[in-house]
Amino acid sequence: MQDVVLALLAKGPSHGYELRQRLSAAMGPLGSAFNAGQIYVTLGRLERAGLVTSSEVGQAFRPDRRVYELTASGHERVAAWVAAVDWPRPAPTEFYLKLTAVAVAGLADPAALADAQRRELLRRLRDVQQALLAEPDGSPAALLLEGSVLQLQAGIRWLEMCAGFWTGRGQAND
Amino acid sequence: MTENVLAVRGLTKTYGTGSALVRAVDGIDLTVQAGQTVSVMGPSGCGKSTLLYLLGGMERATAGEIVLAGRRVDGLSQGAWARLRRHAIGFVFQAFHLVDELTAAENVELPALLGGTSPKLARRKASELLERVGLADRAGHLPAQLSGGQKQRVAVARALVNEPLLVLADEPTGNLDSAATTEVLRLLDRLRSAGQTLVMVTHESRVAAIADRLMSMRDGAIVDETRLDRHSPTVDDLMAGVGLEERS
Repeated sequence: MQDVVLALLAKGPSHGYELRQRLSAAMGPLGSAFNAGQIYVTLGRLERAGLVTSSEVGQAFRPDRRVYELTASGHERVAAWVAAVDWPRPAPTEFYLKLTAVAVAGLADPAALADAQRRELLRRLRDVQQALLAEPDGSPAALLLEGSVLQLQAGIRWLEMCAGFWTGRGQAND
Repeated sequence: MTENVLAVRGLTKTYGTGSALVRAVDGIDLTVQAGQTVSVMGPSGCGKSTLLYLLGGMERATAGEIVLAGRRVDGLSQGAWARLRRHAIGFVFQAFHLVDELTAAENVELPALLGGTSPKLARRKASELLERVGLADRAGHLPAQLSGGQKQRVAVARALVNEPLLVLADEPTGNLDSAATTEVLRLLDRLRSAGQTLVMVTHESRVAAIADRLMSMRDGAIVDETRLDRHSPTVDDLMAGVGLEERS
């Protein structure tokens, strides 16, 4: 979030309301995912970290508005972020270890756990796909939803493998 | 009371004998009510395609019964099955199976003509259906001039031309890329909302997630059923789906 807000400011000084409008437009049906409070909290943190500065600008017939601007170190951080090839950590390790621990301790049937998790991902897939099917052709938010659909599909396929592996093996003491 | 379009009990298909006996479909019970969308999901070799072929009468069950709209059909002759398919069952295949020499409109008309519909009415139905699948402007195109997604949409229109009780789909997006998959799923989802009874077999969770009822198949048997109620997803639902933290 911090990096996105910084990058949006790289074009030039802006205010919180405009930043929020930009983010909402990019998120399509998830437009309200980022509320105004989050944007202002983020801007406050960035300012304390010396990455942005702000000043009050007077407006005719309206209250003053706070305008934010990148500092030199803010510009550096944006450049580093743009060049980075980080990728969100994939989830399987944690769930894989959960299945293993559950089997060792005999807490539950790992296959049943994998099936329950798969059902949850299917429900998420149904929701995200429904939103995707409702997006008009060429919508940028469709790209976000399509990415999530692919990730959920991969997760579901892997959970099928987990359930298949643990079926019949049951719990630790057999 | 909702009527059952399909009721299957103890459906079994085996191949081979003795130690080489394979139970492709192993005692399946399944009831599908009018307007339901059911998907059968499972890895390749789990027997899901065999199940679909049994339901469509393209293969004959070793044991068990199939009741279609209240009528026992598992013992029908091949000829009687062919007539039944023409009027009561629409098929959508992975490989489209359009006739290459016929235009999109002619492909859609064909089952209507074979079913005894007059040429004039068949033409009108085909043009209405192509309109419904968003391909009115491609009516005169040959399959070779259509994209994969468009071919499958023509195939869906063809499956609907005789207003079947039941549509059976075998891996309907199996030959399609992601964008074309979305195109075909959008259409299948519209059929679902319109109340078309639909049974799909697939290994793709995207197709399965269109259905109201999702059966998982393993080794010839249904091992799990998940019901996916339809609702309008909230922003919080979508945030979970795209991996965003909940709003504080």
